[in-house]
Amino acid sequence: MDFWITQAFNGISYGALLFLFASGLSLIFGVMRIINLAHGSYYLMAGYLGLTLMRIGSTYFLAILGAAVIIALVGIIMVRVFLRKLSGNDLGQVLITMGFALIFQDVALLIWGGDPFTINVPKALSGSVEVGPLFFPKYRVFIVLMAVLIGLGLWLFQSKTRSGSMIRAAVDHEEMARGMGINVPLVYIGVYALGAFLAAVAGVIGGGFLSIYPGLDFEILPYAFVVVILGGRGSLKGAVVGSLVVGLIDNFGKVLFPELSYFTLFAPMVIILAVRPVGLFGKA
Amino acid sequence: MSVLEKRWVKPTLLFIVFLVFLALPRITLTFFGSTYLVELFVQSMIYGILALSLNLLLGYMGFPSLGHGAYLGIGAYATGICIIKLHMGTLPASILAILIATFAAALFGLFALRARGVYFLMITLALAMLVWGLAYRWVSLTAGDNGISGISRPQLGPWSLREITHYYYFVFGIFLLCLFIISRIVHSPFGRSLVGIKESESRMRTLGYNVWLHQYVCFVIAGFFGGVSGVLFIFYNGFISPPSLEVTPNMEILLMVALGGPGTIIGPFIGAIVIVFLKNFVSVYTERWLIFLGSIYILTILYAPKGILQAFDLAWKFLIGRSTAEKKQEKEYGK
Repeated sequence: MDFWITQAFNGISYGALLFLFASGLSLIFGVMRIINLAHGSYYLMAGYLGLTLMRIGSTYFLAILGAAVIIALVGIIMVRVFLRKLSGNDLGQVLITMGFALIFQDVALLIWGGDPFTINVPKALSGSVEVGPLFFPKYRVFIVLMAVLIGLGLWLFQSKTRSGSMIRAAVDHEEMARGMGINVPLVYIGVYALGAFLAAVAGVIGGGFLSIYPGLDFEILPYAFVVVILGGRGSLKGAVVGSLVVGLIDNFGKVLFPELSYFTLFAPMVIILAVRPVGLFGKA
Repeated sequence: MSVLEKRWVKPTLLFIVFLVFLALPRITLTFFGSTYLVELFVQSMIYGILALSLNLLLGYMGFPSLGHGAYLGIGAYATGICIIKLHMGTLPASILAILIATFAAALFGLFALRARGVYFLMITLALAMLVWGLAYRWVSLTAGDNGISGISRPQLGPWSLREITHYYYFVFGIFLLCLFIISRIVHSPFGRSLVGIKESESRMRTLGYNVWLHQYVCFVIAGFFGGVSGVLFIFYNGFISPPSLEVTPNMEILLMVALGGPGTIIGPFIGAIVIVFLKNFVSVYTERWLIFLGSIYILTILYAPKGILQAFDLAWKFLIGRSTAEKKQEKEYGK
């Protein structure tokens, strides 16, 4: 029993990190239909930036914010200068984000070298919580809490604010949204920046327990795609359910069927895409 | 009519290129004293076959696949596993591997062709990751991280293919055969109807064509050639491991097609040559070749969206001026 609870908690906390990372990708895919292969690079670069910010004296939370703002600015430049020229060209957008992903990978290697780093978490977040015979690392509990907070924030933003309803309108029917006088190109830039921001937050937080190393960008990216496809494009509820499912499948898959662990992750994605391409919670 | 537009020019040029390729090992040995260039051309032709087959999907069917490298992986792994684990002979192992890759395409096609547009990109990516995941994790079959190694090139009649120049001619022969078959397919009624479906699915459906079957057959054919390239790859490399199946190499194949010009017969091969040579030469001069490769992606998409051939064509027209035919036409319209 203890085994199941511990593993389930590990899966859920990994799912929470994935939610932070993938909710941005889901927004970008949902609103702009871009398969953003540079999303993993935002995560990786943010991890490194957070590390550097903390080395020059920033606190942990300030490092999260600083890295996220810088990455959001990078995202704005990418979408404003390059991606906007290619709207409607699915393949061109994929390939150009691939080009950026390679450049970011190399720049990160140039600046931070090839050694793995771990971000030092505040003292209050290290150690673990004891519940009876079980130990839960405090940092993983913190990740779950952060995911819940940010998820709530996103939900409030999407359902209660004017900008949020503009985004929902652009997901549902872009042409109609334009017709209603919504500045869709501006919504695109905002959504892309928000997506990059969330990926960066995930990158700094993830750097506290997964460590940061070259190649992590393309390692974590496929997970986010599975989340987006399972949950459905642009759906916040879908991203929550998708990340939990992926976190749990990944964790139990690795423990129970190590030889088929990635198969158990990607096979559901293939089946969902074939049977219900809009995902479990996406709108047709 | 300028010289370039005369009828005999194209076959003659192709024949000269053919002769150059035949003489290439001799030329490089005489002038450079090493077989390095020969190796690069072997790589270019192996990736060329893969790119040509992806072009069937992208250029003629209009379905860009993000996971075409999977078939190279399946072909290479299947050959390796048959030889190392099942102790099969080279020829039966190769044939079985190509069949397995074709069968995989037949299975994957059932899923992938249900999706369109951006979802087709996603599902092919997911299928490629699935293959990668099996290669990486199914350790008892694929040896995981270590990959399958120790595959040596066989004897072919009196020639030992271990000699890279001999293997070059072998790959060249297979490449020409694949090129011939693919160009026959493209120009066959089947190929023409594929292009028709690409232009308008609904029109072809109304005309009574079985759209799905055309696309499915094309998907399986592309998988078959992918398998061929995989077999050639493992005999060239002697080795296959999970990194050859990751997202990055899958994208590189797509870049070769995009760079060479989708929907042209020979373009993807030219794209393969350019990428293989750039990768090898740039990495000699600088460690920062990923930045360079990334820039090629971006520049290709922004400035040569229809491929390098078209970009050359435009540059050529700019250099020699407009052809006489065009000038005459302009005169007639009083421009």
